Amino acid sequence: MNGEWTKLLQLFWTFFKISPVTFGGGFAMIPLIEREIVEKRKWLDSEDVTEVFALSQSVPGAVGINSASFIGHRVGGVKGALAAMLGVSLPTFFIVLALGISYFFIHGNPKLEAAFVSIRVTIIAIIVYAAIQTARTAIFDKTTFLIMLAGVVVLFFIHPLLAILLGAVTGMISVFLKRKLGYEVQLKHDKAKDPANNPDYFMGAGI
Amino acid sequence: MVLWQLFHTFFLLGFVSFGGGYAMIPLIETAATKYGWMSTEQLTNMVAIAGMSPGPIAANSAILVGYSAAGISGAVTSAVAILLPSIILVSVVASFFIKLHHHSVVESMFYGLKPLVTSLIIFAAIKFAQANNLAVFDFSFHSISLLLIFGLSLFALIKLRWNPVYVIILSGLVGIALYS
Repeated sequence: MNGEWTKLLQLFWTFFKISPVTFGGGFAMIPLIEREIVEKRKWLDSEDVTEVFALSQSVPGAVGINSASFIGHRVGGVKGALAAMLGVSLPTFFIVLALGISYFFIHGNPKLEAAFVSIRVTIIAIIVYAAIQTARTAIFDKTTFLIMLAGVVVLFFIHPLLAILLGAVTGMISVFLKRKLGYEVQLKHDKAKDPANNPDYFMGAGI
Repeated sequence: MVLWQLFHTFFLLGFVSFGGGYAMIPLIETAATKYGWMSTEQLTNMVAIAGMSPGPIAANSAILVGYSAAGISGAVTSAVAILLPSIILVSVVASFFIKLHHHSVVESMFYGLKPLVTSLIIFAAIKFAQANNLAVFDFSFHSISLLLIFGLSLFALIKLRWNPVYVIILSGLVGIALYS
Protein backbone atom coordinates (compact mmCIF):
# COMPACT_ATOMS: atom_id res chain seq x y z
CA MET A 1 0.00 0.00 0.00
CA ASN A 2 1.53 3.35 -0.96
CA GLY A 3 1.63 6.49 1.15
CA GLU A 4 -1.32 8.26 -0.48
CA TRP A 5 -3.69 5.39 0.14
CA THR A 6 -2.53 5.08 3.74
CA LYS A 7 -3.28 8.75 4.28
CA LEU A 8 -6.71 8.50 2.66
CA LEU A 9 -7.55 5.49 4.78
CA GLN A 10 -6.38 7.31 7.92
CA LEU A 11 -8.56 10.30 7.02
CA PHE A 12 -11.54 8.06 6.43
CA TRP A 13 -11.06 6.15 9.68
CA THR A 14 -10.40 9.24 11.83
CA PHE A 15 -13.67 10.86 10.76
CA PHE A 16 -15.52 7.54 10.88
CA LYS A 17 -14.72 7.39 14.61
CA ILE A 18 -15.64 11.04 15.26
CA SER A 19 -18.90 10.97 13.31
CA PRO A 20 -21.33 9.33 15.79
CA VAL A 21 -20.80 12.15 18.33
CA THR A 22 -22.31 14.76 16.01
CA PHE A 23 -25.57 14.82 17.89
CA GLY A 24 -27.24 18.17 17.44
CA GLY A 25 -24.58 19.62 15.21
CA GLY A 26 -21.17 19.54 13.70
CA PHE A 27 -19.69 21.85 16.35
CA ALA A 28 -19.78 18.92 18.76
CA MET A 29 -16.92 17.48 16.69
CA ILE A 30 -14.47 20.26 17.57
CA PRO A 31 -13.00 18.77 20.78
CA LEU A 32 -12.50 15.41 19.07
CA ILE A 33 -10.96 17.01 16.00
CA GLU A 34 -8.54 18.84 18.29
CA ARG A 35 -7.52 15.54 19.82
CA GLU A 36 -7.44 13.30 16.75
CA ILE A 37 -6.34 15.69 13.99
CA VAL A 38 -4.28 18.27 15.84
CA GLU A 39 -2.67 16.34 18.69
CA LYS A 40 -2.50 12.78 17.42
CA ARG A 41 -2.04 13.07 13.65
CA LYS A 42 -0.59 16.62 13.62
CA TRP A 43 -2.25 17.31 10.27
CA LEU A 44 -3.31 20.83 11.32
CA ASP A 45 -2.75 23.21 14.22
CA SER A 46 -5.50 24.60 16.49
CA GLU A 47 -5.65 27.87 14.58
CA ASP A 48 -6.35 26.02 11.34
CA VAL A 49 -9.26 24.22 13.01
CA THR A 50 -10.84 27.55 14.00
CA GLU A 51 -10.33 28.79 10.44
CA VAL A 52 -11.85 25.61 8.97
CA PHE A 53 -14.98 25.93 11.12
CA ALA A 54 -15.42 29.61 10.25
CA LEU A 55 -15.09 28.74 6.56
CA SER A 56 -17.43 25.74 6.87
CA GLN A 57 -20.22 28.03 7.98
CA SER A 58 -19.97 30.23 4.93
CA VAL A 59 -20.32 27.29 2.55
CA PRO A 60 -23.76 25.69 2.13
CA GLY A 61 -24.15 22.31 3.77
CA ALA A 62 -23.77 20.86 7.24
CA VAL A 63 -20.89 22.23 9.30
CA GLY A 64 -19.80 18.72 10.29
CA ILE A 65 -19.58 17.51 6.71
CA ASN A 66 -18.01 20.71 5.38
CA SER A 67 -15.34 20.87 8.07
CA ALA A 68 -14.42 17.22 7.55
CA SER A 69 -14.16 17.87 3.80
CA PHE A 70 -12.04 21.01 4.33
CA ILE A 71 -9.65 19.16 6.62
CA GLY A 72 -9.52 16.25 4.17
CA HIS A 73 -8.79 18.70 1.36
CA ARG A 74 -5.93 20.30 3.31
CA VAL A 75 -4.41 16.89 3.99
CA GLY A 76 -4.99 15.12 0.69
CA GLY A 77 -6.62 17.32 -1.95
CA VAL A 78 -9.96 16.40 -3.53
CA LYS A 79 -9.39 12.69 -2.82
CA GLY A 80 -8.70 13.56 0.81
CA ALA A 81 -11.89 15.64 0.98
CA LEU A 82 -13.85 12.70 -0.42
CA ALA A 83 -12.30 10.24 2.04
CA ALA A 84 -13.01 12.47 5.04
CA MET A 85 -16.56 13.18 3.88
CA LEU A 86 -17.31 9.48 3.41
CA GLY A 87 -15.83 8.77 6.82
CA VAL A 88 -17.94 11.38 8.57
CA SER A 89 -21.14 10.49 6.67
CA LEU A 90 -21.23 6.68 6.62
CA PRO A 91 -21.78 5.99 10.35
CA THR A 92 -24.61 8.51 10.67
CA PHE A 93 -26.10 7.26 7.38
CA PHE A 94 -26.37 3.74 8.79
CA ILE A 95 -27.64 4.92 12.20
CA VAL A 96 -30.40 7.09 10.75
CA LEU A 97 -31.32 4.42 8.20
CA ALA A 98 -31.55 1.77 10.94
CA LEU A 99 -33.81 4.06 12.98
CA GLY A 100 -35.93 4.77 9.90
CA ILE A 101 -36.27 1.08 9.03
CA SER A 102 -37.28 0.26 12.62
CA TYR A 103 -39.82 3.08 12.54
CA PHE A 104 -41.44 1.79 9.36
CA PHE A 105 -41.30 -1.76 10.72
CA ILE A 106 -43.37 -0.94 13.80
CA HIS A 107 -45.37 1.78 12.02
CA GLY A 108 -49.04 1.50 12.93
CA ASN A 109 -48.37 0.23 16.44
CA PRO A 110 -50.71 2.24 18.74
CA LYS A 111 -47.99 2.96 21.30
CA LEU A 112 -45.60 4.28 18.64
CA GLU A 113 -48.34 6.39 17.09
CA ALA A 114 -49.18 7.80 20.56
CA ALA A 115 -45.52 8.60 21.20
CA PHE A 116 -45.29 10.45 17.90
CA VAL A 117 -48.38 12.60 18.60
CA SER A 118 -46.35 14.13 21.43
CA ILE A 119 -42.97 14.00 19.65
CA ARG A 120 -44.31 15.96 16.66
CA VAL A 121 -45.29 18.81 18.98
CA THR A 122 -41.87 18.69 20.64
CA ILE A 123 -40.22 18.91 17.22
CA ILE A 124 -42.16 22.12 16.59
CA ALA A 125 -40.82 23.43 19.93
CA ILE A 126 -37.28 22.47 18.87
CA ILE A 127 -37.75 24.32 15.57
CA VAL A 128 -39.03 27.42 17.41
CA TYR A 129 -35.98 27.17 19.68
CA ALA A 130 -33.73 26.91 16.61
CA ALA A 131 -35.43 30.02 15.19
CA ILE A 132 -34.75 31.95 18.42
CA GLN A 133 -31.11 30.85 18.47
CA THR A 134 -30.60 31.74 14.82
CA ALA A 135 -32.34 35.10 15.26
CA ARG A 136 -29.93 36.00 18.06
CA THR A 137 -27.04 36.26 15.61
CA ALA A 138 -28.99 37.07 12.44
CA ILE A 139 -31.25 39.92 13.61
CA PHE A 140 -29.41 42.96 14.95
CA ASP A 141 -30.78 46.04 13.15
CA LYS A 142 -33.95 47.29 11.42
CA THR A 143 -32.96 45.95 8.00
CA THR A 144 -32.28 42.40 9.16
CA PHE A 145 -35.54 42.44 11.15
CA LEU A 146 -37.49 43.60 8.10
CA ILE A 147 -35.88 40.97 5.85
CA MET A 148 -36.87 38.29 8.35
CA LEU A 149 -40.44 39.55 8.59
CA ALA A 150 -40.84 39.95 4.82
CA GLY A 151 -39.25 36.52 4.37
CA VAL A 152 -41.93 34.76 6.44
CA VAL A 153 -44.73 36.47 4.49
CA VAL A 154 -43.12 35.89 1.11
CA LEU A 155 -42.60 32.17 1.84
CA PHE A 156 -46.36 31.62 1.78
CA PHE A 157 -46.34 32.64 -1.89
CA ILE A 158 -43.04 31.71 -3.52
CA HIS A 159 -40.74 28.70 -3.71
CA PRO A 160 -38.25 28.58 -0.80
CA LEU A 161 -35.38 28.31 -3.29
CA LEU A 162 -36.34 31.66 -4.82
CA ALA A 163 -36.73 33.16 -1.32
CA ILE A 164 -33.17 32.14 -0.43
CA LEU A 165 -31.79 33.77 -3.59
CA LEU A 166 -33.86 36.91 -2.93
CA GLY A 167 -32.52 37.03 0.63
CA ALA A 168 -28.91 36.95 -0.56
CA VAL A 169 -29.57 39.59 -3.25
CA THR A 170 -31.47 41.81 -0.78
CA GLY A 171 -28.51 41.60 1.60
CA MET A 172 -26.05 42.70 -1.07
CA ILE A 173 -28.31 45.50 -2.37
CA SER A 174 -29.07 46.91 1.08
CA VAL A 175 -25.41 46.92 2.10
CA PHE A 176 -24.53 48.62 -1.21
CA LEU A 177 -27.31 51.25 -0.81
CA LYS A 178 -26.45 51.95 2.82
CA ARG A 179 -22.81 52.52 1.90
CA LYS A 180 -23.85 54.77 -1.03
CA LEU A 181 -26.03 56.82 1.30
CA GLY A 182 -23.13 57.20 3.67
CA TYR A 183 -24.35 54.99 6.49
CA GLU A 184 -21.89 52.93 8.37
CA VAL A 185 -22.87 49.32 7.93
CA GLN A 186 -22.24 46.82 10.58
CA LEU A 187 -22.35 43.40 8.97
CA LYS A 188 -22.33 41.29 12.09
CA HIS A 189 -23.87 41.22 15.50
CA ASP A 190 -21.27 42.75 17.84
CA LYS A 191 -22.21 40.36 20.57
CA ALA A 192 -22.22 37.39 18.20
CA LYS A 193 -20.02 34.82 19.77
CA ASP A 194 -18.00 32.35 17.84
CA PRO A 195 -20.35 29.36 17.75
CA ALA A 196 -17.34 27.12 18.13
CA ASN A 197 -16.98 28.42 21.69
CA ASN A 198 -20.67 28.68 22.41
CA PRO A 199 -22.28 25.31 23.11
CA ASP A 200 -25.68 26.99 23.18
CA TYR A 201 -25.48 27.80 19.53
CA PHE A 202 -24.98 24.33 18.18
CA MET A 203 -27.64 22.79 20.38
CA GLY A 204 -30.19 25.14 18.89
CA ALA A 205 -28.92 25.52 15.40
CA GLY A 206 -29.37 21.85 14.66
CA ILE A 207 -26.81 21.75 11.92
CA MET B 1 -38.52 8.49 -11.81
CA VAL B 2 -38.83 8.82 -8.02
CA LEU B 3 -35.06 8.44 -7.74
CA TRP B 4 -34.53 11.31 -10.18
CA GLN B 5 -37.02 13.50 -8.26
CA LEU B 6 -35.17 12.72 -5.03
CA PHE B 7 -31.80 13.35 -6.65
CA HIS B 8 -32.55 16.73 -8.15
CA THR B 9 -34.47 17.94 -5.09
CA PHE B 10 -31.67 17.17 -2.65
CA PHE B 11 -28.88 18.09 -5.07
CA LEU B 12 -30.36 21.60 -5.42
CA LEU B 13 -31.00 21.77 -1.68
CA GLY B 14 -27.34 20.96 -1.07
CA PHE B 15 -26.30 24.17 -2.83
CA VAL B 16 -28.50 26.45 -0.72
CA SER B 17 -28.33 24.62 2.59
CA PHE B 18 -27.37 27.57 4.79
CA GLY B 19 -27.90 27.91 8.50
CA GLY B 20 -28.60 24.44 9.73
CA GLY B 21 -31.03 21.71 8.88
CA TYR B 22 -34.30 23.17 10.12
CA ALA B 23 -34.10 25.97 7.56
CA MET B 24 -34.27 23.34 4.82
CA ILE B 25 -37.64 21.93 5.94
CA PRO B 26 -39.71 24.28 3.73
CA LEU B 27 -37.78 23.07 0.65
CA ILE B 28 -38.22 19.40 1.56
CA GLU B 29 -41.89 20.00 2.39
CA THR B 30 -42.54 21.73 -0.95
CA ALA B 31 -40.99 18.80 -2.86
CA ALA B 32 -42.64 16.11 -0.70
CA THR B 33 -46.07 17.62 -1.29
CA LYS B 34 -45.45 18.25 -5.00
CA TYR B 35 -44.24 14.70 -5.75
CA GLY B 36 -46.55 13.00 -3.25
CA TRP B 37 -43.71 11.41 -1.23
CA MET B 38 -45.47 12.01 2.08
CA SER B 39 -47.82 14.32 4.00
CA THR B 40 -46.50 17.20 6.10
CA GLU B 41 -47.52 15.29 9.23
CA GLN B 42 -45.43 12.28 8.12
CA LEU B 43 -42.56 14.63 7.32
CA THR B 44 -42.73 15.88 10.93
CA ASN B 45 -42.11 12.26 12.03
CA MET B 46 -39.11 12.01 9.69
CA VAL B 47 -37.63 15.26 11.04
CA ALA B 48 -38.16 13.89 14.57
CA ILE B 49 -36.24 10.71 13.75
CA ALA B 50 -33.56 12.83 12.03
CA GLY B 51 -33.25 14.85 15.24
CA MET B 52 -32.85 11.73 17.34
CA SER B 53 -29.89 10.49 15.29
CA PRO B 54 -26.37 11.88 15.19
CA GLY B 55 -25.48 13.68 11.99
CA PRO B 56 -26.85 16.73 10.19
CA ILE B 57 -30.63 17.23 10.36
CA ALA B 58 -30.96 18.07 6.66
CA ALA B 59 -28.97 15.04 5.47
CA ASN B 60 -30.72 12.74 7.94
CA SER B 61 -34.12 14.03 6.83
CA ALA B 62 -33.14 13.55 3.18
CA ILE B 63 -32.09 9.94 3.87
CA LEU B 64 -35.37 9.19 5.67
CA VAL B 65 -37.54 10.86 3.04
CA GLY B 66 -35.60 8.95 0.37
CA TYR B 67 -36.07 5.66 2.20
CA SER B 68 -39.76 6.30 2.69
CA ALA B 69 -40.28 7.21 -0.99
CA ALA B 70 -38.12 4.52 -2.65
CA GLY B 71 -36.51 2.16 -0.13
CA ILE B 72 -32.76 1.68 0.32
CA SER B 73 -31.96 2.96 -3.18
CA GLY B 74 -33.94 6.11 -2.37
CA ALA B 75 -31.97 6.60 0.85
CA VAL B 76 -28.63 6.19 -0.97
CA THR B 77 -29.70 8.49 -3.83
CA SER B 78 -30.81 11.24 -1.42
CA ALA B 79 -27.63 10.96 0.65
CA VAL B 80 -25.37 11.17 -2.42
CA ALA B 81 -27.44 14.06 -3.82
CA ILE B 82 -27.20 16.18 -0.69
CA LEU B 83 -23.49 15.42 -0.11
CA LEU B 84 -22.26 16.09 -3.67
CA PRO B 85 -22.73 19.89 -3.50
CA SER B 86 -20.74 20.00 -0.24
CA ILE B 87 -17.76 18.21 -1.77
CA ILE B 88 -17.94 20.32 -4.95
CA LEU B 89 -18.21 23.65 -3.08
CA VAL B 90 -15.59 22.77 -0.47
CA SER B 91 -13.11 21.69 -3.16
CA VAL B 92 -13.69 24.89 -5.15
CA VAL B 93 -13.48 27.16 -2.10
CA ALA B 94 -10.47 25.35 -0.68
CA SER B 95 -8.65 25.63 -4.01
CA PHE B 96 -9.43 29.24 -4.86
CA PHE B 97 -10.71 31.56 -2.16
CA ILE B 98 -9.13 30.59 1.10
CA LYS B 99 -10.46 33.55 3.10
CA LEU B 100 -14.06 33.37 1.89
CA HIS B 101 -15.63 34.48 5.17
CA HIS B 102 -13.53 37.66 5.23
CA HIS B 103 -14.71 38.60 1.76
CA SER B 104 -16.98 41.67 1.86
CA VAL B 105 -19.33 40.48 -0.93
CA VAL B 106 -19.85 37.24 0.93
CA GLU B 107 -20.41 39.15 4.17
CA SER B 108 -23.03 41.42 2.61
CA MET B 109 -24.72 38.36 1.12
CA PHE B 110 -24.94 36.81 4.57
CA TYR B 111 -26.36 40.08 5.91
CA GLY B 112 -29.55 39.20 3.98
CA LEU B 113 -29.20 35.45 4.03
CA LYS B 114 -29.10 35.00 7.81
CA PRO B 115 -32.42 36.78 8.46
CA LEU B 116 -33.95 34.78 5.62
CA VAL B 117 -32.70 31.56 7.19
CA THR B 118 -34.54 32.68 10.33
CA SER B 119 -37.70 33.21 8.20
CA LEU B 120 -37.32 29.71 6.77
CA ILE B 121 -37.14 28.19 10.26
CA ILE B 122 -40.15 30.22 11.46
CA PHE B 123 -42.05 29.18 8.32
CA ALA B 124 -41.16 25.52 8.99
CA ALA B 125 -42.58 25.86 12.52
CA ILE B 126 -45.80 27.43 11.15
CA LYS B 127 -46.21 24.69 8.51
CA PHE B 128 -45.66 21.90 11.03
CA ALA B 129 -47.99 23.55 13.57
CA GLN B 130 -50.71 23.69 10.90
CA ALA B 131 -50.18 20.07 9.89
CA ASN B 132 -50.20 18.79 13.49
CA ASN B 133 -53.28 20.55 14.88
CA LEU B 134 -51.27 22.91 17.03
CA ALA B 135 -52.51 25.98 15.17
CA VAL B 136 -56.23 25.49 15.91
CA PHE B 137 -57.11 25.57 19.56
CA ASP B 138 -60.32 24.30 21.10
CA PHE B 139 -60.89 23.44 24.74
CA SER B 140 -60.63 19.68 24.25
CA PHE B 141 -58.24 17.51 26.29
CA HIS B 142 -56.24 16.81 23.13
CA SER B 143 -55.77 20.46 22.26
CA ILE B 144 -54.86 21.53 25.81
CA SER B 145 -52.42 18.64 26.31
CA LEU B 146 -50.66 19.37 23.00
CA LEU B 147 -50.24 23.01 23.95
CA LEU B 148 -48.85 21.97 27.34
CA ILE B 149 -46.35 19.57 25.74
CA PHE B 150 -45.29 22.37 23.40
CA GLY B 151 -44.80 24.82 26.28
CA LEU B 152 -42.95 22.35 28.49
CA SER B 153 -40.67 21.27 25.61
CA LEU B 154 -39.78 24.88 24.93
CA PHE B 155 -39.17 25.46 28.65
CA ALA B 156 -36.89 22.40 28.85
CA LEU B 157 -34.90 23.65 25.84
CA ILE B 158 -34.62 27.35 26.69
CA LYS B 159 -34.58 27.46 30.48
CA LEU B 160 -33.33 24.02 31.51
CA ARG B 161 -31.00 23.77 28.48
CA TRP B 162 -31.73 20.11 27.96
CA ASN B 163 -30.29 18.29 25.00
CA PRO B 164 -33.04 18.13 22.31
CA VAL B 165 -32.55 14.37 22.03
CA TYR B 166 -33.59 13.88 25.67
CA VAL B 167 -36.56 16.21 25.24
CA ILE B 168 -37.74 14.13 22.26
CA ILE B 169 -37.37 10.84 24.16
CA LEU B 170 -39.17 12.13 27.26
CA SER B 171 -41.92 13.61 25.08
CA GLY B 172 -42.39 10.19 23.43
CA LEU B 173 -42.92 8.58 26.84
CA VAL B 174 -45.42 11.31 27.77
CA GLY B 175 -47.22 10.60 24.49
CA ILE B 176 -47.48 6.89 25.26
CA ALA B 177 -48.87 7.68 28.73
CA LEU B 178 -51.40 10.23 27.46
CA TYR B 179 -52.60 9.01 24.08
CA SER B 180 -52.42 5.21 23.94
